[in-house]
Amino acid sequence: MRARRGLALAGGLTAAALALTGCTAPADDEETLTVYVGRAESLVGPLIEQFEEESGIRVEARYAATPELAALVLEEGDRTPAEVFLSQDAGALGALADAGLVAPIPADLADLIPDGFTSQDDSWIGVTGRARVIAYDGEQLAEEDVPDTVDDLTADEWRGEVAFAPGNASFQSFITALRVLEGEDAAAEWVAGMAGNDPELTENNLASLDLVNSGQVQLGLINHYYWFRQAAEVGAENMRAQLKFLPGDPGGIVNVTGAAIMQGAEDDAAARAFVEFLVSEQAQRYFVEETFEYPLLPGVDAPEGLPAIESLVNPGLDLSDLDSVGESQRLLADNGLI
Amino acid sequence: MTDRVATPSPRRPWGLVAASLVAVALAAIPVIHLVVRVLSADPAELAAVFDRPRIPLLVGNSVLLAASVTLTAVVLGVPSAFLLARARLRWRGMWAVLAALPLAMPSYLAAYGWLAWQPSMKGFWAAWLVLSFVSVPYVTLPVAAALRIGSTGLDDVARTLGRGPLGSFMLGTWPQIRPAVLAGALLVCLYTLSDFGGVALFRFPVLTTAIQQAYSASFSRDEAAVLAVLLVSLALLVVLGEQVARGRAARRIQAAPAVGRRRMVRLGRWTAPAVALLLLVPAVAVVVPVAVLLARVLTAETLQAFDPGELGRALANTVLLSAGGAVVAVLLALPIGVLAARHRGRLVRAVESAGYLALGLPGIVVGLSLVFFSLSVMPALYQTALVLAFAYGVLFMPKAIGSIRSATAQVPTSLEDVSRTLGNSRARTWWTVTARLARPGIFAAALLAAVSAMKELPATLMLRPTGTDTLAVELWQRTDISAYGAAAPYAVALLLVAAVPAFLLSDARAGREATREAIA
Repeated sequence: MRARRGLALAGGLTAAALALTGCTAPADDEETLTVYVGRAESLVGPLIEQFEEESGIRVEARYAATPELAALVLEEGDRTPAEVFLSQDAGALGALADAGLVAPIPADLADLIPDGFTSQDDSWIGVTGRARVIAYDGEQLAEEDVPDTVDDLTADEWRGEVAFAPGNASFQSFITALRVLEGEDAAAEWVAGMAGNDPELTENNLASLDLVNSGQVQLGLINHYYWFRQAAEVGAENMRAQLKFLPGDPGGIVNVTGAAIMQGAEDDAAARAFVEFLVSEQAQRYFVEETFEYPLLPGVDAPEGLPAIESLVNPGLDLSDLDSVGESQRLLADNGLI
Repeated sequence: MTDRVATPSPRRPWGLVAASLVAVALAAIPVIHLVVRVLSADPAELAAVFDRPRIPLLVGNSVLLAASVTLTAVVLGVPSAFLLARARLRWRGMWAVLAALPLAMPSYLAAYGWLAWQPSMKGFWAAWLVLSFVSVPYVTLPVAAALRIGSTGLDDVARTLGRGPLGSFMLGTWPQIRPAVLAGALLVCLYTLSDFGGVALFRFPVLTTAIQQAYSASFSRDEAAVLAVLLVSLALLVVLGEQVARGRAARRIQAAPAVGRRRMVRLGRWTAPAVALLLLVPAVAVVVPVAVLLARVLTAETLQAFDPGELGRALANTVLLSAGGAVVAVLLALPIGVLAARHRGRLVRAVESAGYLALGLPGIVVGLSLVFFSLSVMPALYQTALVLAFAYGVLFMPKAIGSIRSATAQVPTSLEDVSRTLGNSRARTWWTVTARLARPGIFAAALLAAVSAMKELPATLMLRPTGTDTLAVELWQRTDISAYGAAAPYAVALLLVAAVPAFLLSDARAGREATREAIA
């Protein structure tokens, strides 16, 4: 008897679930925009609400991690419901551009962001920057003990003491930077040296930071803003891990997050308005205050306490060369890191 | 020997076969999608994947982990089931619920809890510990059910002829529970092969790690697909291995009486170790990680962001979507399970194996294939609750097959024969006799699918209606930005809601015993 009631209940619930989706359809008179967001809802959600209030455009935001969303859009192809793609890294945007799924960013918007922080062909636009840093265990090390360059990390002193995420897009663009700035041979030597130095391979930057924070390793190669996020959670004074920036070093480059307008929304005013909003002073300030990232719009101040973005950037660097990222991956693969 | 049990009918009902083929075709969407992608990819790029020095290590790690976790789950699960079903224990109901509870624990949550307490945990042993202990109920529950309906008649005969207790157990009872052990071991093995969240946190690199990296850094679905085909090949070997082993067991079980006397064991001085075993599994899988998570709540500063309304909506979405998924899973699994219980042959074996394969794939791969399928076949329903429920059905249908198959197999065919001689059609007989008696097993199948759907994340992220959050999604949103304090209420809510089907499962299994005794 119980079973029959159970099945009936389950059937009823299914019907209810299906009815539920019918109810979420937006009213016809309201303009809506579908945005795929490859960043956390708690970080981007309030900003999207600000946009909705000011523009009167309703945003249907789909949140997931950038890799999953990129795979999703590639699978959807030109049938994607997405009109704007907001990405955690440039690599995903490059993959979408390669697949011919994006529309060009209008020139007047693209010109707002300085060269080097956005795509060269205007296939996407840079929104924020995050610096590669060394996170170190503040209980075991003083700042001056921490190397000024990643070149020193292959030394015996750091055997088993360095954590990084070899499969992470931002780590791989650091490898590309290393190859471009120091040459293929030096980069290959560094990767081989690191692979032989018993590194702790993690799944992502956050896991690397956690290892430093719990004293499992002394150093972690991460993006700077993960530290600030965690500090906001547990209090900065409780952070065991500390950050060292590496001005001028390939290990200290700035990666960007960005946005692309999808092909189907090429002439969509709402899509344009949303992208324009992302690089507006208001949104750039929001990122500075809430996510501790570097603003890319000139004239907006960087978060307090961070070195100037200009000191971290190397003008000889061109990260948007995607074939080159493929080379970096091969290098990591050949050394058994991925 | 009072009844013929599970004797295959001579004639194959083509309606049932057709329904099974449809179910299998739907279940095979992920595998077909992968194979098509691999065949249409650039061969040089695929070859490069196999040239990577790390790949053999990853395959080895996947096999090692799956084998050791499966073995551990069997070694812990069979004695636990014996204690639950055959030992004189006080508070039997409580032990049964405790034994089912780890089902409610997502592997990533268990791993996270342990890691928060013991940050130095990493590698094989850590992954082995957490995956083994959360998987034990997959063995305990079906084996306990088999023990409850089995008899100790042959054991007793063996004892009187001079065999020791273990020897007579192996002779009398083991053949009766062997199919249940194998079915449980199969689910554990496939689940371990496909798991990503749990192993990733412990930094134990396996094939799913490389699949995830193919998406996250290379943005290459071809590379991910070829690795996933490798994983499916391993899953296929496991499924075929189980079938061969079960085939042998099925021939031997004919000799064993399925109904008869059941002797309960007095534990005596074995009580303490028995209780220790029954406590150990839920302690490792649930109590430790939950305690650590709750401790985190007390020290975190972000708890103020907690919004009860949001939690309530996520809870409702989780329950509704997983219930829908369970219904789809049972509908897909029913024809396959019934066919496998009542008929033999190459076709039946092929249908059943194909039904299991998707369970060996990580959720992101299955999710993407269903994105493609739904956009091609039912674009209007894309990213609606219907398609997500369908995806849950495809993902977790394999978990429903075993339970439906064994429940159907235990309905004596003589009862069906009586119904048929009374002039009832095959369909009517199935509905009024077979389905009625097998109902607890069918219900258990739905619960198992539902509890799995509640914990699912990657396919949910892709296929959910935009703006519809489940508890697993909310949990991910928060742990992804290290807001562990804010994540904790969702973790606890997910555990509590998933504990409901787990609780019902322990109860439903006992209920099957009552059903059996009613007809015996």
